[in-house]
Amino acid sequence: MITINKRIYNGRMRSNAYFLVLSTLAAVFGLIWLALILSSLFYHGFSGISLKVFTEMTPPPGQDGGLANAIFGSVVMSLIAVAAGTPIGLLAGTYIAEYGRYSRVSDVVRFINDILLSAPSILIGLFIYVVVVATTHTFSGWAGAAALTVIVIPVVVRTTENMLLLVPNGLREAAAALGAPRAVIIRAVTWRAARAGIVTGILLAVARISGETAPLLLTVLSNQFWSTHLGGPIASLPVMIYNFAMSPYEDWHNLAWAGALLITIAVLSLSIIARLLESSKKQ
Amino acid sequence: MAEIALKTTMSVSEIKVRAVKRGGAGDARFRAISFAAAALIVILFAGMMAAITGGALISISASGWSFLTSEAWNPVTDKFGALASIYGTLITSFLAMGLAVPVGIGIAIFLTEICPLPLRRPIGIAIELLAGIPSIVYGIWGLFTFAPYFQEHIQPWIIDACADIPVLQTIFAGPPYGIGIFTASFILSIMIIPFISAVTRDVFDTVPGQLKESAYALGCTTSEVVWNVVLPFSRTGVVGGAMLALGRALGETMAVTFVIGNSHRIHSSVFSPGTTISATIANEFTESVGDIYHSALIEEGLILFFISFVVLACAQIMLRILHKRAGGVSG
Repeated sequence: MITINKRIYNGRMRSNAYFLVLSTLAAVFGLIWLALILSSLFYHGFSGISLKVFTEMTPPPGQDGGLANAIFGSVVMSLIAVAAGTPIGLLAGTYIAEYGRYSRVSDVVRFINDILLSAPSILIGLFIYVVVVATTHTFSGWAGAAALTVIVIPVVVRTTENMLLLVPNGLREAAAALGAPRAVIIRAVTWRAARAGIVTGILLAVARISGETAPLLLTVLSNQFWSTHLGGPIASLPVMIYNFAMSPYEDWHNLAWAGALLITIAVLSLSIIARLLESSKKQ
Repeated sequence: MAEIALKTTMSVSEIKVRAVKRGGAGDARFRAISFAAAALIVILFAGMMAAITGGALISISASGWSFLTSEAWNPVTDKFGALASIYGTLITSFLAMGLAVPVGIGIAIFLTEICPLPLRRPIGIAIELLAGIPSIVYGIWGLFTFAPYFQEHIQPWIIDACADIPVLQTIFAGPPYGIGIFTASFILSIMIIPFISAVTRDVFDTVPGQLKESAYALGCTTSEVVWNVVLPFSRTGVVGGAMLALGRALGETMAVTFVIGNSHRIHSSVFSPGTTISATIANEFTESVGDIYHSALIEEGLILFFISFVVLACAQIMLRILHKRAGGVSG
């Protein structure tokens, strides 16, 4: 006959109940703060947003204005960074997933890439400052784009490698059996099979750099005016938010909130699109 | 006839040979290009280390070891010591981890074991999306919303409540500034909570279902399954994920710079303003005048580089161990 020791049984049930309540509370605690942040961001951000934000330059304190020059600078630098970083990241990811999948060299590259991926971005700012800004003696949009490129590359490498590893070997073998050289197999078969995933990686890289502030702070400075001259300081959204938030002026604070909202919306929609792409591929 | 036939076969095979050769050459070229791209990553990393070290040389020769042990930060007399920033970096990161690790793991447990199935995906996705929000958003929320409220409503109350308790009265002392070490740690921990829970949830998902099911079949409660099956199996991964988050917290700039107060002093109270390495660099770099001042800031970066390199390398190694083992069990 089975006898259940009531005392032990109740004790186990009680500790289980405590445990469940504690972890649920943890979830509620975490989600509440995140909800608070998002709601105050949307509240302050939307009250600061108007058409002017997109059409007018950053104002001196006390006057009306927008963020047009900062938006332009951010978009241009991000585009350059993605255009420069994607091919490098794609090729490097291809090397470690295809040619050197089991080699020592790839292990090293993979390890260093993962460290670069989570390295503090301010260090990348210092790196580009020493290499580019200090040697050219000027803060410039090019230096900012270079810093963002260094951030883009590891993101693209990681996703490219992950996606290429998912491509079934049968596809590669079939192409090889038809006599295709390896380079053709990679370009015409595996890249094509992994295309959605690779595009996801690029979108995530854009999302990652669109909010980066620290590296731009050290490499581009900022610019109060409309400038398309990448050889000199130009405005960018994150640095503008930083400068405006640190200022004592109320209307600059409102613009900072509006800018933060714009960045958040951009990042969230990029990650949602990336996610949709990924899930549409799986089905 | 026979000759012609021979010729055609020869020329066909020649075309084939040429095509194969061409393919081979293209292959070698493509391989070389992609290898160069992979090598570039190593070069970037080495270049980063070399550039930051090179930039720090002036300060290293000017301050020597006292840079690591001195609290002085005086641009006028060119006397620099990073102790206050190093202290601030470590204390904010560890306080943030103290709150974020239990909460983050709690959320991951909630998502994998407790949450009703239809809610798991939406909440999981929401948390992953939140992990991607740029840190500057957390920073200005901390500056404009959290710090003023905290200063007015919560901080005075904590200071009063702890005024007569021996140890706590020094930890929670001083005028309520709103900003300071405590606020910075709190913002930092909210920022890394989604990150820790996203990584931990992925790690928990590597635990083979059969292991959990067999524990449940033996009559284990949920908490016993988590403590005796899930956590022991995924321990290295959870620690690795936490260290990845620590690496983030150590180098985080924007979420901290806004609310830390930028003061190069070490106080016993967590309510007093302080500074971190990244906050110091962000605040002072573009305004610094003189070679030694400039170089001192880069040397702070060098210290951060070493701290975060060690932490991140440990994190990667641990995650790798977990993935190897998970692959071995399920495959």
